[in-house]
Amino acid sequence: MTFNMLIAILAAAITSGTPILFAALGEIVTEKSGVQNLGLEGMMLVGAVSGFMMGYLTHNLFLAVLVAALGGGILALIHSFITITLKANQVVSGLALTIFGTGLSGYLGKPYIGMPAPVKFEIVPIPILSKIPVIGTIFFNHNLLVYFSYILIFVLWFYIYRTRQGLNLRATGENPGAADSLGVNVFRLRYLYTVIGGMLAGIGGAYLSLASAPSWVENMSGGRGWLAVALVIFAVWNPARAVFGAYLFGGVEALGYRMQAIGVTVSPFFLNMMPYLLTIIVLIIVTINTQHKHIGEPEALGKSYDREER
Amino acid sequence: MSEIAVKMVGIRKTFPGVIANDQVNLEIFKGEIHALLGENGAGKSTLMNILTGLYKPDKGEIFLDDVHVDFKSPKDAIQAGVGMVHQNFRLVKPFSVIENVMLGQKGSSILNIEETEARIKGISHRFGLEVHPKAKIWQLSIGEQQRVEIIKMLYKGADILILDEPTAVLTPQEVNDLFKILRNMANEGKAIVFITHKMHEVMDFADRITVLRAGLSVKSMMKIDTDTSELANLMVGREIARGRKNTNKTIGEVALKLENVSALNDKGLLALDKFTLEVHSGEILAIAGVAGNGQRILSEAITGLRELTNGKIILYGEDLSNQSIREIIDKGVAFVPEDRYGMGLAANLSVIDNVLLKDYRNKKYGINFLNSNTTRAKAIELVEKFDVKIPTVDSPVKMMSGGNLQKLLLARETDIDPKLIVAVYPIRGLDIGATDFVHEILIKEKNEGAAVLLISEDLDEIYKMADRIAVIYEGRLMGVLPVEEAKLEVVGLMMSGTDVREGDSNV
Repeated sequence: MTFNMLIAILAAAITSGTPILFAALGEIVTEKSGVQNLGLEGMMLVGAVSGFMMGYLTHNLFLAVLVAALGGGILALIHSFITITLKANQVVSGLALTIFGTGLSGYLGKPYIGMPAPVKFEIVPIPILSKIPVIGTIFFNHNLLVYFSYILIFVLWFYIYRTRQGLNLRATGENPGAADSLGVNVFRLRYLYTVIGGMLAGIGGAYLSLASAPSWVENMSGGRGWLAVALVIFAVWNPARAVFGAYLFGGVEALGYRMQAIGVTVSPFFLNMMPYLLTIIVLIIVTINTQHKHIGEPEALGKSYDREER
Repeated sequence: MSEIAVKMVGIRKTFPGVIANDQVNLEIFKGEIHALLGENGAGKSTLMNILTGLYKPDKGEIFLDDVHVDFKSPKDAIQAGVGMVHQNFRLVKPFSVIENVMLGQKGSSILNIEETEARIKGISHRFGLEVHPKAKIWQLSIGEQQRVEIIKMLYKGADILILDEPTAVLTPQEVNDLFKILRNMANEGKAIVFITHKMHEVMDFADRITVLRAGLSVKSMMKIDTDTSELANLMVGREIARGRKNTNKTIGEVALKLENVSALNDKGLLALDKFTLEVHSGEILAIAGVAGNGQRILSEAITGLRELTNGKIILYGEDLSNQSIREIIDKGVAFVPEDRYGMGLAANLSVIDNVLLKDYRNKKYGINFLNSNTTRAKAIELVEKFDVKIPTVDSPVKMMSGGNLQKLLLARETDIDPKLIVAVYPIRGLDIGATDFVHEILIKEKNEGAAVLLISEDLDEIYKMADRIAVIYEGRLMGVLPVEEAKLEVVGLMMSGTDVREGDSNV
């Protein structure tokens, strides 16, 4: 394997990892508030199809991404209503959301199957930075959504750990009772961050249909939503750590394609399986390492908050 | 010490079916430590929840510094300088002290950690509230966590600080430290109110006392003008029988023997460490200790709910160690668990089903199918015998009050004529009537030859009930003393981890 090829794989790792990164960042925000949304896959698909449709109709990428975010957000709003207001089981609601999103996107996208996207996110090398050897090629030779994700990582990290709103967010997920008694509006925050999480998942979906493979294919997220769910655990709910995980998964995926391209005679099915296999291995390792430490999982994650109950 | 900080006049508060407060008057002065004394259910917490804006009174008025106030929420109260430290701390465990203090505060969007830390240090220093601002809450002891709660209130500018049963979770030494801090605060002009039902704390630490009984304010007085017997009478409204309830010496042969028993807690840490103990038939042996020092693990180890990692448990020569729960039950072990609601009874099942939970295999209820006539008859028999108040034996037990739940649980557990009863905090949350009833049952079983292991954190209960007192601290036995020889100070020292065993005080 040549050095240039390694660089190409690393750059491809970022390209393939970004949609998972968006979804995982969204899920981190949601879970930090104490809501688990397993509907990522459904929200990504709805984002992908609605983004593609909007791009097809208006030829405007900005509007397309906006609508994709709205699509994911609306699905998340359903989840919020069911789990926060009606206090139903979050796992069940999340699974239902995935099934619903898969079905809905298939239905909406039917007329668009096989149509090429009239607009797509092109690679925009950043002046000067992209000229830096190695690093420039790996990091600064991508489309605008990738650059947006770079900014997002930093913004989210700062917001969660360094701002008052972030403190309230974390408290809501750790001890909603304490937060409530100090005047933090638990219900409003959970709604807000669940919807924001859904919007980011929707953008992750739009990345698939407008950047990775500019077209609509039924079920095109292919389990990436589930990888993102696992990634949140791998990242121990820290946006900065989610980056490494996302690019690792992306790298494995990219490696698979490359190996097929250079004619390695491993079954393509096996190569496609790699990211999921990796997920299982990573989860086992992370769980063993973090089990007894007080880091990571928000304590009230998955639990409905009821003021009357103690 | 003469300026009035708080004045509550004619407070009335009702909940569906209950009058929690009626015509309550209360005056709190600046610079004093004021004890709000009363039994469980006397309306102390309700009154303070009104003062802190959590409840709205149906009637009555509140004045702060002679200004009429009307709190719509705890936020209003905090803004007016009224802060409360609840019994269950409202702290976010993975957060640092600083983050907990900052939570819910107004201020710049970007957190100013250094400034907050400096202010916390200022407050700690001023009142002797020592705590490390950067420490995470889960790393702190219960006493330290309580200090964080107090700092939180002071940081928000509380001039009137209310503490709900602040000593319930503390060792005697921590209690002294707490009141030293509170005294510092009073000396600086703050008004301190603490809710309690413990007489000795009132006599040791309060300046003034208000007694509540059945929702009414009975009397307020300076401490120096009163004594414990007057307070007790005011509290209960009748002469209470002081002294021991367990008066017959019926100690027989060794029934239960623990030999070097060790077990792990849910986190996989050693929670019971080489525990060796004997309980005799006809004896009540009380395990004293601050809650969370391995009491629950001990009870679960004996009843088979928790695996032993070391040692042996023997009941009348039969080895119970790591036997199945069913085998242990069959050998005559009754269990009154700490969590009567979650572990002792099934909330959604009827009284009949709950009564049957333990004895359902008994042939008298039917061979393959339960005979609904006999099961119903059994439930009715127990309900009547133990005076459990319920609409019908078919109603789910979740409708019942704590006292009735505990009666039902005891009815079921003692019905099998146990050789050993393990009772964990059996009177927690019960009123005086139900408490007496529970104690009578335990004493009756003891008189009939059962060995009783009573786990309690209430020293009053222990001194009334126990034949011998064993103290547990961090999963280790700190010693066993016959109740006649167990001085309160010594037990207190043992509860905070001082091993005072010498010679053969371990019978």
